[in-house]
Amino acid sequence: MGIIATSRLKSPWIMHFDNSSCNGCDIEVLACLTPLYDIERFGIVNMGNPKHTDVLVVTGPVNRRTARVLKNLYDQIADPKMVIAVGTCSISGGVFHNCYNVLGGVDKVIPVDVYIPGCAARPEAIIDGVVMALQKLAKLQGVAL
Amino acid sequence: MAPRTITPFGPQHPVLPEPIQLKLTLEDEKVVDVMPAIGYGHRGIEKACELNEYPKNIYLCERICGICSCIHGITYCEVVESLWPMDIPPRAKYLRTIFSEMSRTHSHLLWLGLLADAFGFESMFMQYWRIREKVLDLLELTAGHRVTQSVSIIGGVRRDIDADMKKHCIEVLKDVRKEVEALSNVLVNDYTVKARTIGKGVLSYDQAIALGCCGPHLRASGVKEDCRMQGYLAYGDLSFEPVVASGGDSYSRAAVRIGETIQAIDLQLEALGKMPEGEIAAKVKGNPPANEATMRVEQPRGEVFYYAKGNGTRNLERLRVRTPTYANIPSLLVMLPGCEMADVPIIVLSIDPCISCTER
Repeated sequence: MGIIATSRLKSPWIMHFDNSSCNGCDIEVLACLTPLYDIERFGIVNMGNPKHTDVLVVTGPVNRRTARVLKNLYDQIADPKMVIAVGTCSISGGVFHNCYNVLGGVDKVIPVDVYIPGCAARPEAIIDGVVMALQKLAKLQGVAL
Repeated sequence: MAPRTITPFGPQHPVLPEPIQLKLTLEDEKVVDVMPAIGYGHRGIEKACELNEYPKNIYLCERICGICSCIHGITYCEVVESLWPMDIPPRAKYLRTIFSEMSRTHSHLLWLGLLADAFGFESMFMQYWRIREKVLDLLELTAGHRVTQSVSIIGGVRRDIDADMKKHCIEVLKDVRKEVEALSNVLVNDYTVKARTIGKGVLSYDQAIALGCCGPHLRASGVKEDCRMQGYLAYGDLSFEPVVASGGDSYSRAAVRIGETIQAIDLQLEALGKMPEGEIAAKVKGNPPANEATMRVEQPRGEVFYYAKGNGTRNLERLRVRTPTYANIPSLLVMLPGCEMADVPIIVLSIDPCISCTER
């Protein structure tokens, strides 16, 4: 508790993983980091290393090949961790629901904390989702956001 | 000889927003061999297109790739229209051209930003993406969405550009053109940028042709080849001339894309000025007859090829898509050996890889 729990909320580091999305949500996640939306003002930094990560941002539907990679990345992230599924196809498979190589949403493989709908999800919605994840993390740790 | 090690690059790597794996064989820091492993993004869209009805496939085809989504949708509509074959109103052709060039502008600005990020020039990455937001706002205003527009329908387009929008578009585009020119001046003349890109990932004229490369990647090796030279949509009426560079390295590829960004803005301005009045969509009745058709269109990343076979029913019998990155990946096997490990991200990025296109 105390300083560790508070600082976790003040600067959550995210890692972005693309399952097999169309790129639409990926570029919107990246757009969040750039000047117009600028989620760095919440202390959010994009990381490439799962061991440095607090929040895993996943886009796209899970397919037969990425399921193992996604599970592997999730297992490497230290607790407490949050998972955000961005875009309709990461929730349910969306427009790709009847493609033969698609298993469905991210929650088929790993537990998901926040779902962000939209095709592609707008940056405003993504920011809202990240803030919701932080509120959930605050509640989990019993500290105020 | 130094001992050899095999290092995986990807499928999750900070420089690539998408999953692709390169197995790099290294001798100390030098790359001696490379083997790409693709298939992480495969969904099976071609097969799924046979299950849906014709109009619904537009949405699926647009999601082959989210960056060049608008052009995928337009190409699908064009290929289905040529199954009849049917004519679309001239205004729709111009609108499709404008939307295509708008998405080319945003795609190239995105790439220029990612390139700057790949060699650690983060403020330039931010500047390019700031300019790109203006183009996205225009797309949202005219076509209805920032990234996945779904603006094209079979027979024409869904939304028109009225006089007010046109005036606003011209103002913003002129502004964007000025900003891109000013910022690209830095990218082209900066000492560090030159040191990181000149002579990196060289592909000669002959190699580019032998490997079947396409798009800006091919044109950076001095080959004057662009699908827009066929004059599909309204390109025949516009003053279009492909942008070519001769270096064949990462620097030339950046130069070609900067040239094309400015050219795309000029084409939009010209098309907005020349756009004829009239209908924006033709009436479509029934299903296309049993027939085959092909269509080649220039995407931001190169040539995309669509083949469609109809059988007179509500569904397609076969849809085949050949995407530009699939043609450009083999060139990595020529460009990467001999380079240093630290240059791999820039060279990989210089072909503008779009993995979701490649694997569908």
